Amino acid sequence: MLAYTMRRLLMLIPVLLGMTLITFSIVHLIPGNPAQVILGETATQSAIDDLERQMGLTEPYLVQYGVYLADVFQGDLGQSLRTRGSITNEIGPRIAATFELTFFAMLWAVFVGINAGIISAWRQNSWFDFLAMFFALVGVSMPIFWLALMEQWLFAQELGWLPAYGRQSSVDPIEPITYFFVIDSILHMEFDRLVTVLRHLVLPAIALGTIPMAIIARMTRSSMLEVMKSDYVRTVRAKGSGQFIVIYKHALRNALIPVLTVIGLQTGVLLGGAILTETIFSWPGIGRYVYEGINYRDYPVIQSGILVVAFLFVIINLIVDLLYAFIDPRIKY
Amino acid sequence: MNTKDDKQHSEQLVSNPAKLKQQQVEAEEMEVISPWKDTLKQLRKNRLAIAGFIIIAFFIVVGLVAPFLTPYTFSEQDPVNRLQSPNMDHWLGTDHLGRDIFTRIAHGARISLMVGFFAVTGALLFGTLFGIIAGYYGRWIDMLISRIFDILLAFPSILLAIAVVAILGASLQNALIAIAIINIPIFGRLVRSKVISLREEEFILAAKAQGMKSGRILRHHILPNSLAPIIVQGTLGFGTAILEAAALGFLGLGAQPPTPEWGKMLADSRDFIQLAPWTLIFPGVSIMLVVLGFNLIGDGLRDALDPKMKN
Repeated sequence: MLAYTMRRLLMLIPVLLGMTLITFSIVHLIPGNPAQVILGETATQSAIDDLERQMGLTEPYLVQYGVYLADVFQGDLGQSLRTRGSITNEIGPRIAATFELTFFAMLWAVFVGINAGIISAWRQNSWFDFLAMFFALVGVSMPIFWLALMEQWLFAQELGWLPAYGRQSSVDPIEPITYFFVIDSILHMEFDRLVTVLRHLVLPAIALGTIPMAIIARMTRSSMLEVMKSDYVRTVRAKGSGQFIVIYKHALRNALIPVLTVIGLQTGVLLGGAILTETIFSWPGIGRYVYEGINYRDYPVIQSGILVVAFLFVIINLIVDLLYAFIDPRIKY
Repeated sequence: MNTKDDKQHSEQLVSNPAKLKQQQVEAEEMEVISPWKDTLKQLRKNRLAIAGFIIIAFFIVVGLVAPFLTPYTFSEQDPVNRLQSPNMDHWLGTDHLGRDIFTRIAHGARISLMVGFFAVTGALLFGTLFGIIAGYYGRWIDMLISRIFDILLAFPSILLAIAVVAILGASLQNALIAIAIINIPIFGRLVRSKVISLREEEFILAAKAQGMKSGRILRHHILPNSLAPIIVQGTLGFGTAILEAAALGFLGLGAQPPTPEWGKMLADSRDFIQLAPWTLIFPGVSIMLVVLGFNLIGDGLRDALDPKMKN
């Protein structure tokens, strides 16, 4: 297990280097003159020269990459062209906002997805199975940003049940401690604010979680059907255990192993989908940060946002892989 | 006993030459049922896959005849009739510039299907090429290609697409290239693992023993035997590519105005959602239907091509 962990960590090195090479290209390898592209057609020559000097664009590529790598390694993600602020400082609270959103989206996706999958497998070919699998199929075919827009229109604007924008009430903000507002409001013992925060979470979390939910439901169903056919489940049944015990205590444990892999992969999809969801719900997370970067041609922001999200994705996959080896003793590495 | 039966049987056959001929014909027909025909037969029985084919055929036809469907063009503005709800003149209503939404969706079908087609074809060709090279030759070249795939797959796909478009500049063509690039490692890994398992098969060894050259083995034995998963992934990838193109369009990184790309249409109409929800409902439904169509066909193909699923 330890050897496997070490090997897995070593394998990360080329991946992380490759990732920085790609994000490096976003600013430094733009065809033509990068400074000109970033500043637009109307930029003056002196502004272009200034930017080139500021970003070190006149150096050879290898030197530029070396400087970039050294900066990233020290946690310096550069300077935003728009706000002139340090990206490292700006991105911190946004990572927390994105994590909070993806956590609740995943919670919803896992809870509903796994249970729908179990019931579908348990009552195979019933109307529930048919309906659940139909919705799962529609769920994976839907553009996530369209679902978000429709939710916003129906539940926020037409029915007025839930807030349409933001993380919290703009007139009554929470004093941030961890920047996870759910945790912060609990730490402050402010439960009416907690309710506000949770209400803001509902629509974006559901929009973001729908595709993973559909995929998890389909995966759980097929995995469950396979396990239910196995000998040990038949033995448990022969022992006289009730259906509930058979499913939740015995069958589910083995059925969940492939589902776990899917959950890990889907977390990456969530981080990518966050760009679209956060844009629509004005969620001040890292996805919206990248979107704003795109709109203002703020290339260092796009570059750093992508690097940070990809890095988080790699770490999550690492954790899932290790967990996988840990919970399934049949796998020997 | 047996010999007697056989004798009787053959006598019968001889006495009835017409029947004999018929039996021969039947035997020949039995032999020519190829795996592909078998797949087609399986597909025809799959009602969901048929539904998928119908949906896609519908959008292909709409895309083909788009210019002849309505008296409007996709970029023609008509400020007097802006934000009209669906009516006899404008079947799906008009947008904030008075453009006919049905006309724009029909032209959008062309764009989405074309982006899907070229992105998947590009990803499939390059992915298969790299996958075969990595899987068949192994050693350092496998190491190199696999690590590059790892790096590309380390990004959530839409982020990698944004990165590529950020480097190349925002346009429909660059969005297409970006989508092709992010899908290359998906095909590549699939083909690589298939090739690695095939490489150890006895018929490949036999071909080598006969002195067949690598290129010929690859073309005549490895490639045809890896086709099934490539086809399934290609069909499913079509849907994903269309979703990705719409997402890039929505973020302003794909098609530029006035191109009626579906994702871009959604982005442009965002501010009018309360006033004119139809400007958002119909483009979204179109994306969903096309992607659903490809997913249904892809699922059907997988069931038909995967021997493990056969009853």
